[in-house]
Amino acid sequence: MTAKKKRPRTPRVPMPEQTPSQRIQNFDEVPLGYTPEQAQAEAERCLQCKKPACLKGCPVNVDIPGFIGLVVEGKFAEAARRIKTTNCLPAVCGRVCPQESQCEAQCVLGKKGEPSAIGRLERFVADYERENNLIELPAKTTPTGKKVAVVGAGPAGLTVAGDLICLGYEVTVFEAFHKPGGVLAYGIPEFRMPKRIVQQEVDYLCKLGVNLELNQVVGKSISVDELFDEEGFDAVFVGVGAGLPYFMGVPGESLGGVYSASEYLTRANLMRAYDFPNYDTPIVRGKTVCVVGGGNVAMDSARTARRLGAENVYIVYRRSRQEMPARGEEIHHAEEEGIIFKLLCSPIEYLGDDRSMVRQARCQEMELGEPDASGRRRPIPKPGAEFTIDTEIVIVAIGSGANPILTRNAKGVDLNRRGYIVANDTGRTTRPGVWAGGDIVTGSATVILAMGAGKTAAADIHQYLTAENGQWLPE
Amino acid sequence: MSKILEKKELVPNIYELLVAAPRIARKTRPGQFVVVMADEQGERIPLTIADFDRDRGTVTLVLMVVGTSSKKIARISVGESMAAIIGPLGVASEIEKLDTVVMVAGGVGTAPVYPIARGFKEAGVRVISIQGARSKDLLFWTDRLAAVSDRHVITTDDGSAGIKGLVTEPLRELLEKDADKKIGAVYAIGPAIMMKFCCKTTEPFGVKTVASLNTIMIDGTGMCGGCRVDVGGTTRFTCVDGPEFDGHQVDWDMLLARQKIYEKEEACSLERYIETIEA
Ligand SMILES: Cc1cc2nc3c(=O)[nH]c(=O)nc-3n(C[C@H](O)[C@H](O)[C@H](O)COP(=O)(O)OP(=O)(O)OC[C@H]3O[C@@H](n4cnc5c(N)ncnc54)[C@H](O)[C@@H]3O)c2cc1C
Ligand SMILES: Cc1cc2nc3c(=O)[nH]c(=O)nc-3n(C[C@H](O)[C@H](O)[C@H](O)COP(=O)(O)OP(=O)(O)OC[C@H]3O[C@@H](n4cnc5c(N)ncnc54)[C@H](O)[C@@H]3O)c2cc1C
Ligand code: SF4
Ligand code: FES
Repeated sequence: MTAKKKRPRTPRVPMPEQTPSQRIQNFDEVPLGYTPEQAQAEAERCLQCKKPACLKGCPVNVDIPGFIGLVVEGKFAEAARRIKTTNCLPAVCGRVCPQESQCEAQCVLGKKGEPSAIGRLERFVADYERENNLIELPAKTTPTGKKVAVVGAGPAGLTVAGDLICLGYEVTVFEAFHKPGGVLAYGIPEFRMPKRIVQQEVDYLCKLGVNLELNQVVGKSISVDELFDEEGFDAVFVGVGAGLPYFMGVPGESLGGVYSASEYLTRANLMRAYDFPNYDTPIVRGKTVCVVGGGNVAMDSARTARRLGAENVYIVYRRSRQEMPARGEEIHHAEEEGIIFKLLCSPIEYLGDDRSMVRQARCQEMELGEPDASGRRRPIPKPGAEFTIDTEIVIVAIGSGANPILTRNAKGVDLNRRGYIVANDTGRTTRPGVWAGGDIVTGSATVILAMGAGKTAAADIHQYLTAENGQWLPE
Repeated sequence: MSKILEKKELVPNIYELLVAAPRIARKTRPGQFVVVMADEQGERIPLTIADFDRDRGTVTLVLMVVGTSSKKIARISVGESMAAIIGPLGVASEIEKLDTVVMVAGGVGTAPVYPIARGFKEAGVRVISIQGARSKDLLFWTDRLAAVSDRHVITTDDGSAGIKGLVTEPLRELLEKDADKKIGAVYAIGPAIMMKFCCKTTEPFGVKTVASLNTIMIDGTGMCGGCRVDVGGTTRFTCVDGPEFDGHQVDWDMLLARQKIYEKEEACSLERYIETIEA
């Protein structure tokens, strides 16, 4: 141990990536991944702490030093399997988790230098295992004879399905879209989360025996009542995400070329409008694009617009850079790609041409006042300070809420004031037999938190369905 | 699911498809629609469920060929399947216990009008239907619509069948003659421009007028907002709040403009598709 600590502190092994000028011409993944040698060199940096601080930052308790140790030994597939004992989607998490504010934020190496590149290593081992066909199916357990329905094939639902199938349940996932993955499929762009990888993760679950029913909108095609009464499910897990797009309600928001981020990204990713006309779904293209908002969704929209050929892409954000909720890496990548940040301003009106296509965004300048409920300083309009941007596309990325399509028709499942499902620590809702987790409970959060909620719920579903006369919720 | 069991060309460019969709058939009520995808590269497009048979587990779609997606679907052979069919979506029609209802169907709008008219008829409401088309050879389902109507009026632009002129003419006459206000509601379904003028016609009479809006859609489940319309000054999503709205409150010009957002791309896509099928 002491010998290790004396090792000189080396910087992180950088991960090769496409150059900004290259990558804005394509939708391929930006970071290219480590080679085995690079991964081992990076893994060597880990101190294998006795009391690993990194673990405190991981919402699903991945054995971080354990898997990194296996990488040092060159046991890459074993390392992937070690992660999979607590995190069933490492190829996804290695790409989209905000490690810089989770495990890597806690890593002791970060105190004096750069933290261990945990995310990059996670990605490497998962890719290695998959690309070399080393994925092993777990041993079959004895069937319990019980059936569980999972609504929504996003990270939360897929986690529940994966855990329960291994515990011997018959699991059916009902998904509204024609492709599984949730936000991983329709929201996060190809260049950050290749759809091939999402599909392979889902294929793996199907190989384990999960039934996937696509094109089923629960609440419309089939109700929660019918899942119990007609289809004979013993439990239902609801993981439908937070997919209702918000608009600002400013004049001109209905002009052509004004999109919600959900529509823009759904067209581009799920429907592959970037490959139009090889794919049939169109998307408006233009030289100038304004993206309203400062989160990951705004960055993804801006970077997508850039790849669709826009020369000037503006991020219009009402607070300052410090308050921006997007991940550091996303902001960094956006800047490298030439995205222009217009901070401390907010659109107040959109103006269109004779075809009702948007042509200008009128913006109000802002300054920061006292901190608000979120702890961030509140933007207040500067009287009289306005300007206009000529633009052909506006993408509204100011957040999303709970979609009522399922909850409106689910008797006994209580909602909070904002329309999200009320659930306890283990995901139990106010209706016996119905669990919920992920964004539909917490509001828009992260992939790993949705997976964490799925894990907890799966364990609780198992407990409830195997217990005799279990009580649902304490009176 | 989604296998095409029967297909016939009703009139040039309008097809009737019988599709196997047991789950959807079981839940459908008049006024609802499905979203379909022709193939893996296809767009998601909405089509009204024109009829449904719960016992056979089928739905009937009536499709007018206007662009790539509709052409692709019309070309799917009997026995083959569409890549996806999702539904039933949207809010079902409210079949109120009225004295009389007037159902105005323009062009392919006859298909969505039919199940709603039947719903009213079954509820004991007197149904007057006005069916319009450009000319006689573009009229379809006249027998079916007549069978669920107490009165059935036909109009054609060129006078080749029924009354020469637009649907709004007989509509206005009916309302003018309706001194004791028996007409409780008017339904107008067809091209947006026809619905707009029907609403203009009924407005002075203060008769409730329901229009079924045909906005561009993607998911059909309230997740994208692409189908948004302005109704009475508030933004509504056609797929989950509609497709039926109070026609007097709809911002028709905005709807018409939003239908044309992709004109250029649609033309390019269709041209290319025609090239590939001819090659
Ligand atoms: C553009 C974008 C970028 C993001 N980037 C990141 C990132 O980099 N890192 C990160 O950690 N998080 C990111 N997030 C957030 C993260 O993706 C979500 O928190 C996470 O996906 C939530 O998972 P979920 O399973 O709860 O829901 P979702 O992923 O939303 O999945 C829900 C699924 O349920 C389906 N569904 C909805 N209603 C029904 C119904 N009635 N019947 C059947 N199916 C239904 C939906 O179609 C969907 O497939 C991003 C989000 C967006 C939108
Ligand atoms: C609720 C609803 C019910 C409908 N019912 C029927 C029906 O029963 N029969 C029928 O023939 N048509 C119906 N339509 C219209 C039908 O969806 C469009 O004609 C179809 O999408 C055209 O696609 P396309 O690729 O063939 O044509 P395109 O060349 O793409 O477009 C031609 C026209 O169709 C509209 N359109 C294009 N893409 C979409 C889309 N994704 N969603 C909706 N409209 C689009 C455009 O505004 C354009 O004016 C309905 C529309 C809605 C909203
Ligand atoms: S990743 Fe960092 S905190 Fe975790 S064991 Fe290695 S050096 Fe210690
Ligand atoms: S079609 Fe996407 S919200 Fe209506």
